[in-house]
Amino acid sequence: MSATEACRACLEAVERLDPQIHAFTTVAAESALADAARLDAHPGELEDKPLAGVPVAIKDNICTAGIRTTAGSRMLERFVPPYDATVVRRLRDAGAIILGKTNCDEFAMGSSTEHSAFGPTRNPSAPDRSPGGSSGGSAAAVAAGMVPLALGSDTGGSVRQPAAFCGVVGVKPTYGRVSRHGLIAFASSLDQVGPLAPTARDAALALGVLSGGDPCDSTSSSRAVPDFTATLDGDVRGLRIGVPHALFDSGVADEIRGAFDASLEALGRRGARIEGIALPHARFGIPVYYLIATAEASANLARYDGVRYGFRAGDADSLSTLYERTRGAGFGTEVKRRIMLGTYALSAGYYDAYYRKAQQVRTLIRRDYDEAFARVDLVALPTTPTPAFRLGERLDDPLQMYLADVFTVGAPLAGLPALSVPCGRVAGGELPAGLQLIGRMFDEATLLRAADALERELDPSPPFA
Amino acid sequence: MALNLSPDEVERIARLARLALGNEEKARLAHELGRILDFAGQISTLDTRDVAPGAGFLGLGSVEREDAPLPSLSREAAMANAPEVSSSLFTVPRVPGRE
Repeated sequence: MSATEACRACLEAVERLDPQIHAFTTVAAESALADAARLDAHPGELEDKPLAGVPVAIKDNICTAGIRTTAGSRMLERFVPPYDATVVRRLRDAGAIILGKTNCDEFAMGSSTEHSAFGPTRNPSAPDRSPGGSSGGSAAAVAAGMVPLALGSDTGGSVRQPAAFCGVVGVKPTYGRVSRHGLIAFASSLDQVGPLAPTARDAALALGVLSGGDPCDSTSSSRAVPDFTATLDGDVRGLRIGVPHALFDSGVADEIRGAFDASLEALGRRGARIEGIALPHARFGIPVYYLIATAEASANLARYDGVRYGFRAGDADSLSTLYERTRGAGFGTEVKRRIMLGTYALSAGYYDAYYRKAQQVRTLIRRDYDEAFARVDLVALPTTPTPAFRLGERLDDPLQMYLADVFTVGAPLAGLPALSVPCGRVAGGELPAGLQLIGRMFDEATLLRAADALERELDPSPPFA
Repeated sequence: MALNLSPDEVERIARLARLALGNEEKARLAHELGRILDFAGQISTLDTRDVAPGAGFLGLGSVEREDAPLPSLSREAAMANAPEVSSSLFTVPRVPGRE
């Protein structure tokens, strides 16, 4: 198949499906076809390129040169970046074609993609339900077959939770594994870009392309990047998987619990050893996450002032009025809520009780994982407590929406790599469920090996025969 | 029952965050933030004496490079998204005498 044929097939799928799903904020048909034609004209250059001619969708909070990048916000509705994010440049260098930009909660703040200024995305499995978020557009685009690969960003679960809701694989790499240069910043000590793909093998291939040090991101790691596809042999004999039972004794839907237990049994059949572990501070993850992430967001989003780029409110007669009106009108409800919360947690008189305390508990959460990883190789959790919820169901209760992130906030708080892999369907086969695996620092290879083994065990038909 | 933030506190935080908020928005935020902060207060029960704050465990260090110029954006490219420019300068409301 030529790059142009692949590109056209994806564009046709987008044209047919996206009016209902609304996974895309921008479809870059013209530039994608031009890029594909250029690749097809020089077939020799594609040799040895891991993603030669593969159409990719990019979450709309990742900068793409010449392609509008909104972050799901009115603030950046007409923003056209003058440069590519490092991850986008790496994809292009690997032969990939940027097909378009995907919908997300505004500035990646949300768990449903309903906080996009451009309307929600629908779940391809059940269009009355949320695809999850904030990378809901990327997960839906892959699940619906509009693209074979998409990029998301994960701060507290924004790749893994939509992957679980839509039935695809989503990886949050170790903090520092992938460059954040050109990712529109939300919470800089937590944000990581990661791939969403139909299978662990596809995700492994993409992660290898994305990973590696970058002079433009001083927090990126120059540690060697292994070939993540090389160890996907289905062999998990002797692998020790820890399950923190106490963390989800209550509050997990029965069917999700059933799918989780069945997936561990499947890994057990292949020789993995399942053990109980304790993560005593994990239940404090939600307050810690929502204090630290919002504090960092309140600082990062200070740059949207209506002066250098983005939306500007009219009729301001002073500089401070310009700032206040621009931000009041340019940001949506959830972003303002989080800026206010983070500003409060950092403000004089509250800093020690909220922000500093949360930073200390963050250390305790990480220590729990260090102790667990002295005994086991991976930690397993359901990715989400419930399957995909209905659009609108949780919009009126922000705290309720936050609480559902309880299983995904731990890995980014501890800096650890994690992924979600489909582990069956619930609700009469209508809705996907996800198994989350969390690994040691920079050990994405073991995560992907276990996820690939689970895929083989649950669906032994080709391509895993 | 969670306490609402006081109107004065909401005003103070909005001013610090440079956010113009409507009255309805302020009332809603007073309630929502009160509820979220009440929930977040559960971490105060944990003993964190002698626990280092921060994400030191991420192992980040200072990064240096040679102080040499590298290719960068042109002025035109850097300013292409500005809402208002004049003679390649950003335009803002007059500052002296108004603040």
